Amino acid sequence: MNDWFAARRQRMLRLKVRREGERPFTPRLSAAAPVFEQCPRCRAAVTRARWEKNRLVCPECGFHRPVGAYRRLSMVLDPGTFQELDPELAAGDPLDFPGYGEKLAGLRRRTGLREAAVAARGRIGGLPVVVAVLDSRFLMGSMGVAVGEKIACAAETAEKARLPLVIFCASGGARMQEGILSLMQMGKTAAAVTRFREKGGLYIAYLTHPTTGGVTASFAMLGDITLAEPEALIGFAGPRVIEQTIGEKLPAGFQRAEYLQEHGFVDAVVPRDEMRDTLAKLLRLHQKGGARRDAE
Amino acid sequence: MTQNDAIPAARRVALAREPGRPGVSGAVQALITDFFEQRGDRLCADDPAVLAGVGLFHGRPVTVLGTRKGTDLEQNLACHFGMPTPEGYRKALRAMEQAEKFGRPILTFVDTPGAYPGLEAEARGQGAAIAACLARMSTLTVPLIAVILGEGGSGGALALAMGNRVLMAENAVYSVLSPEGFASILWKDSARAQEACELMKLTAADLLELQVVDRILPEPPGGAHTDPAAFWRTVDTALRDELRRAEKLADPARHRQRRFRAMGNDWLSAGKETI
Repeated sequence: MNDWFAARRQRMLRLKVRREGERPFTPRLSAAAPVFEQCPRCRAAVTRARWEKNRLVCPECGFHRPVGAYRRLSMVLDPGTFQELDPELAAGDPLDFPGYGEKLAGLRRRTGLREAAVAARGRIGGLPVVVAVLDSRFLMGSMGVAVGEKIACAAETAEKARLPLVIFCASGGARMQEGILSLMQMGKTAAAVTRFREKGGLYIAYLTHPTTGGVTASFAMLGDITLAEPEALIGFAGPRVIEQTIGEKLPAGFQRAEYLQEHGFVDAVVPRDEMRDTLAKLLRLHQKGGARRDAE
Repeated sequence: MTQNDAIPAARRVALAREPGRPGVSGAVQALITDFFEQRGDRLCADDPAVLAGVGLFHGRPVTVLGTRKGTDLEQNLACHFGMPTPEGYRKALRAMEQAEKFGRPILTFVDTPGAYPGLEAEARGQGAAIAACLARMSTLTVPLIAVILGEGGSGGALALAMGNRVLMAENAVYSVLSPEGFASILWKDSARAQEACELMKLTAADLLELQVVDRILPEPPGGAHTDPAAFWRTVDTALRDELRRAEKLADPARHRQRRFRAMGNDWLSAGKETI
């Protein structure tokens, strides 16, 4: 019986991955869709099958292409263990911002996402975990009320179930269209992950391209362990704003994952093909102590 | 509320940025006795854009924290016009730790366009410094009352403003980003800042309605800078009252967590009927 459910979930996950996965890169999903896709950096022509197999990392130059939330989950979770949390959660339009409602509706249609974050329970290397993923295709993964709530709920679910928490960050920062309430989500998420950590929970922040603004200045920088994808842009202020302020060009590699590691803010820069094993190892290392310590 | 009710948001932004606007240094002079300023983050530097110290508020020891713009050009430059660096936030963090240790309530006074966006600020972890302040404020067991005095710009303001109660001067503004930045991001045109002001819900009255702030501090007609003494009397009365109430909270940390946990949740929906 259990197997049957697992198989069904796996199928559902696969379906979701298909539904959202192929869209951002190939708008035309017909028989005429190109077999090759150019690497955005080195311009190498790579077959779509090869992109898939290589987890959207260029086999020629190692460029890490952005990964959608469901696809990321399918890459890290053990097959058939995906259980989405609060899948219907969404927020309104507190500023009555012109065109915001239509924009959200359009993005929901195009991406198959309901909001810029997806949270799920599942297993990595056999160990149970709560994972939240931000998706940069949805308004740059910006944090409005719904994203803040997803992150807070994920931390609370992990706290109640005494599971470790992994958050894949990818965000332009606070969502402008929801105004001050987006800013307040920094307080909400920072408090939620802090409470979880104080109760002994292990929180791994996984920073992917880009992680900036209010997300960097809240839950992204509060991990017990902080990992980053190669060359991911990570910072508080955007490079353009900084260039305007200081009136000069920024050095190459500034605010990239490797730079953050060099300056002491990232434990390890982990290429995508090592992502799953690294997480599994960290979860194993914290099996006793951290994640399951009885608090209170 | 007061006779100033009809002032447009853009005018409030101008008033909030008025060069003579009362700031944290004024607050210390007017409200605090026996003040002792604490300097430095104990890591590498002292950022004058954040003022930290201990003093007496009506005879009660309190920790005072605030962002500072400076009063002449030299100070303005040293303070990056009120934009703290990571060193400033780490000094604030140190002051919070001490307030916790010695059981002192914290009063914060915010007037900043935002955290400083510079190369070195990034290299030293501006985001991490702000995040650390937010995390610490969420667990402090002493009461924290925040006052938005002038500009409350972005994460750089929130980093000192996760209060059990948040008070806001009538002509202060508090927003996710400056109106210029907002217009530039959303419309690629910072010249539309005026339009942004009206849309952003950044005035004290708007934020009271959104339950982001709890109390508005009325200003003299023409703005707080026209009669600072009168303004500080208002602030003094309000803070005494708020502090008395906050000190009765059974669990200030939990109270703060709940307050921020609820932010924006009126707009949430778990169903299919959203916009």
